[in-house]
Amino acid sequence: MRNRRDRLIAFLMVLPTLMLLGIFVYFFIGKAVYTSTTDWGENPDQPALAENVVLTNVGLRNYENLMTDIIQANFRNSLTNTFFFTVFFVAGCTILGLFLALLLDQKVVAEGFFRTVFLFPMALSFVVTGTIWRWLLQPSGGINILPTLIGLEPIQFNWSNNQETWLQFRWEEVPLYLTTVGITILTIIAVRNVLKHNWRSLRFAAGAAVVVLLVFVAGLWNYIWPPLDSAVAEQAIAPKGFNGALLGIIIAAIWQMSGYVMAIFTAGIRGIPEDLRESARVDGGTELDVYRHIVLPQLSPFVTSAMIILGHISLKIFDLVFAMTGPDNARTVVPGMLVYTKGFRQNSFASASAIAVIMLFLIAVIIAPYLWSQLRTSKSG
Amino acid sequence: MQYTSQDFRRYTIRTAIYVMLLIGMLLFLLPVYVVIVTSLKDPATINLATTWQFPTTLYWQSYQEVIAAFGPRIWNSVTLVISATILSAMMGSLNGYVFSKWRIPGEKAFFPLILFGMFIPYQAILIPLFEFLRDIRLYGGIPGLVVIHVVYGLPITTLIFRNFYMEIPDEMLEAASIDGAGFFQIYTQIVFPLSIAGFVVVIIWQFTQIWNEFLFAVTMTSSDYEPITVGLARLAGGEAVKWNLPMAGAVVAALPPLLVYIILGRYFIRGLLAGSIKG
Repeated sequence: MRNRRDRLIAFLMVLPTLMLLGIFVYFFIGKAVYTSTTDWGENPDQPALAENVVLTNVGLRNYENLMTDIIQANFRNSLTNTFFFTVFFVAGCTILGLFLALLLDQKVVAEGFFRTVFLFPMALSFVVTGTIWRWLLQPSGGINILPTLIGLEPIQFNWSNNQETWLQFRWEEVPLYLTTVGITILTIIAVRNVLKHNWRSLRFAAGAAVVVLLVFVAGLWNYIWPPLDSAVAEQAIAPKGFNGALLGIIIAAIWQMSGYVMAIFTAGIRGIPEDLRESARVDGGTELDVYRHIVLPQLSPFVTSAMIILGHISLKIFDLVFAMTGPDNARTVVPGMLVYTKGFRQNSFASASAIAVIMLFLIAVIIAPYLWSQLRTSKSG
Repeated sequence: MQYTSQDFRRYTIRTAIYVMLLIGMLLFLLPVYVVIVTSLKDPATINLATTWQFPTTLYWQSYQEVIAAFGPRIWNSVTLVISATILSAMMGSLNGYVFSKWRIPGEKAFFPLILFGMFIPYQAILIPLFEFLRDIRLYGGIPGLVVIHVVYGLPITTLIFRNFYMEIPDEMLEAASIDGAGFFQIYTQIVFPLSIAGFVVVIIWQFTQIWNEFLFAVTMTSSDYEPITVGLARLAGGEAVKWNLPMAGAVVAALPPLLVYIILGRYFIRGLLAGSIKG
């Protein structure tokens, strides 16, 4: 196996894969970044689909427009929607998935059958799920009249056409919120480190808090989060907040994906040695103690995994929204949808690319460290 | 026989567990009930108030209409899924063999770079991909879509096979290599025959993923070559929808992956868990 010729063959065998992924992933990402700095599709003198379209470099103008221009208010709505979608979808899936996994850990009859039922939506296309739930969430049918079957009052909730916006906030306040959240988290870490007498980590947390504060005080946020061109108009035509119309999509997504989380947690629970639990019982612990002190702490890395996987799925969600509320619904718009409508309907390739690059950046921030830590631990294990 | 309070507590907890499981099952299966019932109703009798009622007469014509409406899209999906699945499984198997059993220059860097490819939002490469396929004259048809699904399937197939082959003891290959077996003999005589289960996992995974995929399907095909998911989205989109057709369409589009899941669920879960890296 150490033969030089065979090692050359081995390399030649993976070469096509390396080249294909090099082009289709990394070269294309580079191309998208480049496109996002041009005026492709934004310049009326240069038809976007012409054979020899002449592109002009516009630097970061497309990004700046996305953050400030009133015409791009839809993009800011899409970021807001993604934020609320991610929070409720990830929390919902994790809680329900954990609950189902713990229920099935109770040595129940027909465990395999229940497992199959809870996981089957994972085998469906998001388009199928979306089609089904669109019908289930009709205002005067489906889920809403379900209580009438057992003699209760029907639910009066408008799912897909809901016009309400809860938890409203103003776009220009976001840097303040982000700074507050950052400082709060760092303070909690610092206090915990003081209690544990961990001075080195304390210095790090305190230093980070000072940096966050300085960024805010020095007004550097104006470059990261540039002020809107017309804040008043934006507030009037595109208020930011948790759109009620998203709720139905979140429920459908939880229905589809919580079985996945259950499967991850079940695999985690199976990895806990039975003697560990047994010894806790011998020590006089109740079943509840066993879960609180043994099972749940052992599951925490799986919780992190599940949340990262779910988070990255929700950041790129597209097909479910397409099937449930259509591509042009401003109340449920997400960045993945905008890349489609701007790029493939309006041929505004440059700003679609800028949105795509922002999506990639958000996902890379959570996936790259995850991938790194996963591969590092699996090599040594 | 006397029940102690401890027994009573135990039975109450057991009952509560089963009640919760049954409620959960009901919630997960209710949508299925509605889909099937609606797809079998005469469109004239479908209205919101009777969503949950059983059809008075079974109306099978919706399925005929849906299959006619899908038309070539079913075959487009079948051709696409079969070719892309086989190609990506074969390439993934060879890659997994190399990454688990051979040392190649730079593998520590290459492997994570390959894996990153399965997490990227495909929106990020959509526009350059469109340009590229247009330039090499593959835009719009099934062959272009096959290339896309093979390439973006490579990270997961490589990962599953690598994890699978890690469990084949190195000594076995070492022995064969002392007997004079080269790269390919070791693969065809030892590794490949041991990887049937690996192939089942990968084929099932790729089959369901490609069959269910929508983003590439809707952006990279012209109307003659659309896969089934685009057909379903067309059927269900628009304002005045006759709901029997989308529901029958959902059943038809869901059936192949669902059958695979029910028959080979164990292998499906292995593919699913491989996606969260630790195999």
